[in-house]
Amino acid sequence: MKPVLARHVRLTYSQARKRPVLLLPETVVVLNDTGAAILELCDGQHTVDGIVAELAERYRTVPRDEVTAFLGQLAQRRCLEGVIRHG
Amino acid sequence: MDNPFGLLAELTYRCPLACAYCSNPTNLASYTDELGTEDWQRVLLEARDLGILQCHLSGGEPLLRRDLVEIVQTASNLGLYTNLITSALGLGRPMAERLRAAGLDHVQISVQADEAVLSDRIAGTPSFGRKIEAMRVVKELGWPLTLNVVLHRQNIDRIGDLLALAEQVGADRVELANTQYYGWAWRNRDALLPSREQLESAELVVREARERLSDRMDVIYVIPDYYSKYPKPCMGGWASRQLTVTPNGDVLPCPAAQSLPLPRASVREDPLERIWADAPVMTAFRGTDWMPDPCRSCERKELDFGGCRCQAFQLTGDAARTDPVCHLSPDHALVTDAVVAANAEARPTDLLLVPRPHRA
Repeated sequence: MKPVLARHVRLTYSQARKRPVLLLPETVVVLNDTGAAILELCDGQHTVDGIVAELAERYRTVPRDEVTAFLGQLAQRRCLEGVIRHG
Repeated sequence: MDNPFGLLAELTYRCPLACAYCSNPTNLASYTDELGTEDWQRVLLEARDLGILQCHLSGGEPLLRRDLVEIVQTASNLGLYTNLITSALGLGRPMAERLRAAGLDHVQISVQADEAVLSDRIAGTPSFGRKIEAMRVVKELGWPLTLNVVLHRQNIDRIGDLLALAEQVGADRVELANTQYYGWAWRNRDALLPSREQLESAELVVREARERLSDRMDVIYVIPDYYSKYPKPCMGGWASRQLTVTPNGDVLPCPAAQSLPLPRASVREDPLERIWADAPVMTAFRGTDWMPDPCRSCERKELDFGGCRCQAFQLTGDAARTDPVCHLSPDHALVTDAVVAANAEARPTDLLLVPRPHRA
């Protein structure tokens, strides 16, 4: 599974807020840097393992289950494709 | 005070439909001096600088603005996520393609019922067929599609068929929102407020559909607050997350707030940033200091923010009172009386509706 952001969702940076944000039809999700880094890697090229490995090089600890939980939540809100949804 | 996330840009109150549940102001004539293209472009830039990320283009019917494509292009260039909230009249394929090219992100199309006869009757004009055609175009162009339905006494019994329609047109989201009683809807309240039995049946259908469609479609259902125990957390708190600019440039926390006796603020006179921070229309009910009891001492005051100021004003004549929808409000009988009347056996489900006019 190689997650990719859904077409109607946009990952961007808010200059005014100095924070990365994810824009959905009716919602704004203000992200932290790790969240944004994970979503930048949801490019249809990286597997979840690939994302975890890539993050491990940049940050000291980003546990795999946190990454999958984050991706699972977004998949449930139909922001991601290529991830198995839970619930 | 945080900065707002969303701008509701009401581009015009002109509309090809005449829905009696419309929440536009009844004094339409006060809004005919519409902002020009450059005014809106400046407003969008100021909004972006204020931290706004989403721009909802609404009305009236935004497609009646000849400069809609330019306005979308500007919003898109500024990085705003753009939503078009439309009747879809005027959204033929050429216009849809121009809006797509200009960067429009998301389209919300209303229907008034699941089939032409009732939908056209409520809309006050033949429109259902063109709406369905526009939905097909929206999907063909790869846009996410939201189907919007305002529910009331005269169409809520068709909720199962409305959900089937949403499925059939391939909607990604469906918003089934019971009427909010502002503007023209307030004038038509008695003909629009459903009975408890109608609501209970509708909720069963929604629950089943949510489960069945969970991997395909978001089903959003908004109950009429007259039937709830606590008031809605209106706007997530007064002037806290969103602002509205009306067709003539007035700035409000929400569209219904035009009815309140507060001094006007206009983008024609002041920058958006100053209005958001300092204008009385924004500061009057921001936070919790304005609250009277029972809100002041209520543990839910940061959950529902005292409910809706416009509803409090409409029902009691005082915008600073607790929303009468709340069962703790001293004015709650104003709501329960309306609910009792809506449940009287003698009240029919096809009372005459007073249409809103297409223009002032």
